Amino acid sequence: MAGMKELATLVKELEEQLVTCIRCGMCQSVCPLFEQTRKEADVARGKLALLTGLMDNIFTDPDGVNERLNRCLLCGSCAANCPSGVNVVEIFIKARAILAEYKGLSPAKKLIFRQLLANPGRFDAMVEWAGRFQGLFTKPSADAQGTSCARLISPLLANRHFMPLSTTPFHKTLPKKGYTSTGSGLRAAFFTGCLIDKIFPNVAKASLKVLSHHKVGVIIPPGQGCCGIPSLASGDRDSFTRLVDHNLALFEKEPFDVLVTACATCTSTIKKLWPTVYKNPSDVIQQKLRVLAEKTMDINQFLVDRVGIDSLKNFSDPAGSDPGPDIVTYHDPCHLKKSLGVAEQPRQVISAAGCQLKEMTGSDKCCGMGGSFNIYHYDLSSTIGTIKRENIEKTGCTTVSTGCPACMMQISDMLGKAGSSIKVRHPMEIYASRLEKNTP
Amino acid sequence: MIHKSILDALQKIVGKQHLLTQKEDMLTYSYDAAVLDPVMPAAAVIPENATQLGEIIALCHENHIPVTVRGSGTNLSGGTIPRTSGIVVLTGRMNRIIEINEADMYAVVEPGVVTATLAAEVEKLGLFYPPDPGSMAVSTIGGNVAENAGGLRGLKYGVTKDYVMGLQFFDAKGNYIKTGSRTVKCATGYNITGLMVGSEGTLGVLDQVILKLIPAPKARQAMVAVYDTIEQASETVAGIISARIVPATLEILDNFTIRAVEDFSKAGLPKDAAALLLIEVDGHPAVVAEEAEQVKALCLKMGARSIDRAKDDAQRDRIWAARRAALSALAQLKPTLVLEDATVPRSRIPDMVRALQEIGRKYKIDIGTFGHAGDGNLHPTILTDRRNKEEFHRVEQAIEEIFDTALAMGGTLSGEHGTGIAKAPFLEKEAGYSSILFSRQLRAALDPRNILNPGKITGV
Repeated sequence: MAGMKELATLVKELEEQLVTCIRCGMCQSVCPLFEQTRKEADVARGKLALLTGLMDNIFTDPDGVNERLNRCLLCGSCAANCPSGVNVVEIFIKARAILAEYKGLSPAKKLIFRQLLANPGRFDAMVEWAGRFQGLFTKPSADAQGTSCARLISPLLANRHFMPLSTTPFHKTLPKKGYTSTGSGLRAAFFTGCLIDKIFPNVAKASLKVLSHHKVGVIIPPGQGCCGIPSLASGDRDSFTRLVDHNLALFEKEPFDVLVTACATCTSTIKKLWPTVYKNPSDVIQQKLRVLAEKTMDINQFLVDRVGIDSLKNFSDPAGSDPGPDIVTYHDPCHLKKSLGVAEQPRQVISAAGCQLKEMTGSDKCCGMGGSFNIYHYDLSSTIGTIKRENIEKTGCTTVSTGCPACMMQISDMLGKAGSSIKVRHPMEIYASRLEKNTP
Repeated sequence: MIHKSILDALQKIVGKQHLLTQKEDMLTYSYDAAVLDPVMPAAAVIPENATQLGEIIALCHENHIPVTVRGSGTNLSGGTIPRTSGIVVLTGRMNRIIEINEADMYAVVEPGVVTATLAAEVEKLGLFYPPDPGSMAVSTIGGNVAENAGGLRGLKYGVTKDYVMGLQFFDAKGNYIKTGSRTVKCATGYNITGLMVGSEGTLGVLDQVILKLIPAPKARQAMVAVYDTIEQASETVAGIISARIVPATLEILDNFTIRAVEDFSKAGLPKDAAALLLIEVDGHPAVVAEEAEQVKALCLKMGARSIDRAKDDAQRDRIWAARRAALSALAQLKPTLVLEDATVPRSRIPDMVRALQEIGRKYKIDIGTFGHAGDGNLHPTILTDRRNKEEFHRVEQAIEEIFDTALAMGGTLSGEHGTGIAKAPFLEKEAGYSSILFSRQLRAALDPRNILNPGKITGV
């Protein structure tokens, strides 16, 4: 193909980052995908070699590299353990963008990313209608996680126990002009994120309850969009950049001290990818992105490090008939622990809510979700997820908690399929529920 | 490259899913951790068991196809870089621990078992598999045996060769060979086990390894000594050995490495120190206490500015985390890292340390030195950028001078990384032509078609 030389030139943009891999192979010890397949092309070292191969123009077409590059959870386990500090996730994201721009997005992805995701209003409207009609196509499965499975056989859905869309997304419960509450100290802007808005609105409601309990002032500007990671994972840097522009403008309107999110993936995207992957930023935009990234925090980290929390007293059960504290195990989302180093704070929140924390084996091992990885490689995703499910079950817990709605979906799917009675809750839900019980 | 009928035959043996031929996959099996040019093989196969493995070797023998076996591809001498006309055999699916025998203290494993996995399983039973190469979190037992891998505990506990009791492998024609035994003593036949360890896949392809296990030490004490001159530190190493104390681990970090580790990990190391010694004694609690006292006294006598003992496991872990961070920290400084392992008799450590500093100055290159001072195995680590041809030429000259210096002191070109492709051209300097000829004759007799990892060790 004549254009391969041109592609090589594009990949050369990554050269300075690619050469930092010394091929030591240590990434093999932590990659959840490699653990299953033991193929070099599935681990970071192999993928970095493939990108170097593209740069050296040794292939006749980009498809083989593209296909292998997309077989990745983007969990960042490799980057977190890399002796040479190779910024693997950023390289892979940029490479996916280069390849997608070179090859062109598939028509289906174009429709989703350009027409829907990048237009928050249109996306919200579509999802709202889908939420109303989903009962026609799926049936609720009576389980502790509240998942659904497909009524009609769909090759895409297989036998997934996926989380149903909420009939009322979170943003619909807020005033049209957005939400503002006054507190007595810090002022937080809340970035909702798609999954929390549309699938887990309770997490957002719980977050507001917790922030209000701690007298944190909150603003939620209306019309929030997606953080952009789904577009980026598919290499659509243009849609990503448009989404960042949209969100950036929204959060400029009112002052705040901290931007908090209850979604590990959104937090990590805003902090790590907004400033680095935005397409051709002007100096002004670049500066704004840096400032916003600095101000962005996971909600657990915000509560523990900035607000400060004490253990909540158990007022609800004066008669002493309490069956004892909930046994909770906590799953570390890759985007919190490996990407941002946040691991202790969510555990402190759970403990403060009076739950008994019981660590699982491999609490920081990826759950296998990986966004679209779960859609395109459901079998592998499930194999990795099954390991997670077994580790959760072995703790004898009644609830598994995690700070990322995407992990919540995957873990719910795994537990639902196995007929488990273990509940899946965000730390904010656990903490808010204790607050509720304590309020007469 | 490779005839379709042969690919079909390979596919019949391992199944479609476990035969890789696409160029993209070949690129991912073209390198290992050595700084050498990549070479893409014609195919890669992933057998699941001995039967498949034997059939693959027989097929390759019949058709004169070179075979390179690959575990995790972490070796530092190019031992797993294949031939363009050859195939790569991956051991990833042959990763079962077949037996851990507590009564007789041995383990039987397949070659694809990861070193750290075995070490952890054995530890659960109160037993100990001491060889701990830096890559043990990913390296495989098959690779460790093929390279005769070492580690931090070589001084007291020896290296991989000291733990291999027996092997089962396929020779170049696909015949199944058994050597050694499950007994502590074994005096039958040639010591083929000894010959196979470190043979880098040139004499046979491993199917099973019988490894010796020992009781885990009951107590251990880690210490850090800080020095104002590297001479004092290296004299201490020689002093500890001549006092007849054998620590489990005796590691040195030079100032360049200390600064890199501290900048990288903020572990609280003194950046102004010229050198650190990291020392651990282990064994019976009474002996450990006595030896720790002796070591402390010796360090101070040799001029250590201070010596701290780890008070608990957490402190001990911090000490070894600093050592393990050495390579990582150095690796972040420049794109290319050349990790050497020329080794000298341990009494010559002070001379070798001086010589390395001199070589760094002479060729105007950055060398961080750390490593297993206690067994004479230093790791001069050269930081460079391979794309800078002029500088890389100076690096190559420096490496050759390091080799010459080590040999002049009665040392060896490689303590634990193996010969592979990287050191094959220099082997004659160490062993002489007749010993290379002897090795070539041995290979030619056992592998007349030269299919087993050609080009490694003996150069053809």
